Amino acid sequence: MYRRLFAALAGIVFAAQVAAFEIESETDLPVAHPSDTLRILSTADTQFFLPAIRSFQTAHPGVAIRYVTASSTEVVRAIEEGASFDLVVSSAMDLQTKLANDGYAAPIDSSATQRVPDWAKWRNSVFAFTQEPATLVLSADAFQGLALPAHRQDLIETLRNNPERFMQRIGTYDIRDSGLGYLFATQDSRTSETFWRLTEVIGALSPRLYCCSSDMIDDVSSGKIAFAYNVLGSYARARSVSDPGLIIIEPSDYTSTMQRSILMLRDADAPDAAVRFVNHLLAETWDSNGIMRDVLTLPAPEGNAANRQPIRLGPGLLVFLDQLKRAQFLESWENAVVQ
Amino acid sequence: MGSMRRQLIVQLVLSAALLAAVLIFVFQDFARRFAEESQDNVLLASATSILETIAARDGEVVVDIPYAALAMLGSVSDDRVFYRVDRGGAFLTGYENLDLPEIASGARTAFATTRFGADPVRVVTATRVLSVAGKSELVHVTVAQTQDGLSARLSELFQRALQLGLGFFVLASALSVWAANRVFRPISALAGSVTRRGPSELRRFESPVPVEMAPLVKALNDFVERLRRSLDRSEEFITEAAHRVRTPLATVRTQAEVLSRRIEKDENRKTLRQMVRAIDESSRAAGQLFDQAMVNLRTDAMHPTHVDLADCMSDVVTRLQPIAELRDVTITSDLPDDCMVSADPVLLQNAFSNLLDNAIKYTAPETDVHVTLHAQQDTAQISIQDNGPGFEEGITGRLTEGFVRGAAAAGTVGSGLGLTIASQVVEAHGGRMQLSNRKKERGACIDVFLPRLPA
Repeated sequence: MYRRLFAALAGIVFAAQVAAFEIESETDLPVAHPSDTLRILSTADTQFFLPAIRSFQTAHPGVAIRYVTASSTEVVRAIEEGASFDLVVSSAMDLQTKLANDGYAAPIDSSATQRVPDWAKWRNSVFAFTQEPATLVLSADAFQGLALPAHRQDLIETLRNNPERFMQRIGTYDIRDSGLGYLFATQDSRTSETFWRLTEVIGALSPRLYCCSSDMIDDVSSGKIAFAYNVLGSYARARSVSDPGLIIIEPSDYTSTMQRSILMLRDADAPDAAVRFVNHLLAETWDSNGIMRDVLTLPAPEGNAANRQPIRLGPGLLVFLDQLKRAQFLESWENAVVQ
Repeated sequence: MGSMRRQLIVQLVLSAALLAAVLIFVFQDFARRFAEESQDNVLLASATSILETIAARDGEVVVDIPYAALAMLGSVSDDRVFYRVDRGGAFLTGYENLDLPEIASGARTAFATTRFGADPVRVVTATRVLSVAGKSELVHVTVAQTQDGLSARLSELFQRALQLGLGFFVLASALSVWAANRVFRPISALAGSVTRRGPSELRRFESPVPVEMAPLVKALNDFVERLRRSLDRSEEFITEAAHRVRTPLATVRTQAEVLSRRIEKDENRKTLRQMVRAIDESSRAAGQLFDQAMVNLRTDAMHPTHVDLADCMSDVVTRLQPIAELRDVTITSDLPDDCMVSADPVLLQNAFSNLLDNAIKYTAPETDVHVTLHAQQDTAQISIQDNGPGFEEGITGRLTEGFVRGAAAAGTVGSGLGLTIASQVVEAHGGRMQLSNRKKERGACIDVFLPRLPA
């Protein structure tokens, strides 16, 4: 067989040495006799995406992979500045759409991409390969003696009735920094008026603002906060295996569902390997009936699929990226949350 | 001149091709306009919906792009979407490097096809006047979309148009061929009926034809009529001529015979006999030449009827009986009834007279000539056998050619036309004639086979 050098996994390099953009981590996944090197720029933690890479390298042993992670806004900046990558994996659906709309993505037409249903791809360039619901993650300890909220209205009631218990013990995304937080917030605002009421209630309780789901889960788990709003269910479920005190709730009024997506860059240096990677990932992810299988990534928590509202890829997502629209939205949000 | 039918078909098919081409062109043009118009309409709707949200607040222009404004473009096609909002000529938000189309003075909207980067885009701009801090300002909303979806739809419509045109062409061509065949069917029918007619069938063409063909058929009928009259006249002429030649010859011959009895000098009598012989020969030759002419005429204009072969043969035998008696030849015949053939009786008698005459002439004196009729399944066989010298080896094939006589003919009167006449008549009736020598006895045998009518 062949040997892989996972030692390099440990070689996480921080900060930007060569790139003008800020990267979070850089991991080399070499192979014994590389014929191609594929460079993937991603917002997903290495651990999260590693199963997909391993599965691909087993099927295509000749492709070495360099996996670089960065925040979603840095990913877009890197591509716009012409950083040299082959594939972009991101949870920020709006930014992925923008990259494709602005002409950075190359279309792929294959039997694997044809399996992807229309609502999970755009321009045959951006392909979804996960469905990750935004959930409410709460600590069982913090809610002792209280009924668990089933939906947002419930949560508002609970917060109003117990302000002292939740003061400074609520976590949510700082949507000014987090692209995913901004995406969830804007989609929430489209779906229901309840969002702004909930935001105001949370804002009155001096919430803690976070950059990422994993930090919020850490703090719920440690008991620093009582609950976190709009946390990625897939991350929470992975953690709940080791921490039974974590309770994951998909609000029954609606559950926004983000689709992590992949696109190939038009200027890819290794387009053949990139196409193979996308085909492999999609063939593993989507079955021939267009039903998604959680085989390579973290599975979503068990939940009522009827509540889930997949956010659709498409030009509608560009609206909240509009400079003026974004400024207005952030202003409203800041007025409600940052006091 | 070529074929009129082909010319007609080619012209109709070419017309169909031309019409199909026009159809394809018109359909494509219509489809293109329609597709472009629907893209323009969606773009305008998008621009208008953005324009509606623009408001002046606290001396500032506020733009709140509705989600649907761009989502509606995404629902139509997967095309890339660009937009920009301008206030009084100054860029406000969106894609700053998107070009604005020129707006005609007084117009509120403008459409254009330009490029965004390398890609062709369709652009629409809509304007509105806004009162900002007591001052009128013009606000432009520009929305653009790439044309991948449009091209895909157009190429699909192009395919459709092509299929439609091709289908039309094939159908029209098939109809052209059918129509042309139909138009020319009466001509084919007439040609067929002319071809199927035997060479002697000289009836008028009476079956109805289209008006356009009537003069042709009338000319044809006139021609047939003239031909028939000419044939009739020829036949009358031959009969008359035969009569005029034979009668004086017969008179001269009788007088010569009478004279020969009175003459006592052997030399003179010998000379007279030679004269009689020469007269016989002339008479016979004249008769056969007329027969031949008659046969030629009649085989071209035969009037076949149902003929009983036995009757026909016994007539012939009776007629030749006196000649046979002159030579002390006995004619024995075996003629069973009920053997019918379709034939011209005059010709048939003529043929058999010639054959029997030959047999009587060549058979040795005081012998028999046998005439037998033998009815088979669908053939009637007539055999005439004599006790003469028979045919020479290798000559039988040539004897039916005119004026050829076998070696046995030396010393007998004849022109060599008898077998030719018989053979022509038999062949004209669809039969055949076979010459051979008798197997057991000395003598010639002539077999005639004629198609027999069913009993």
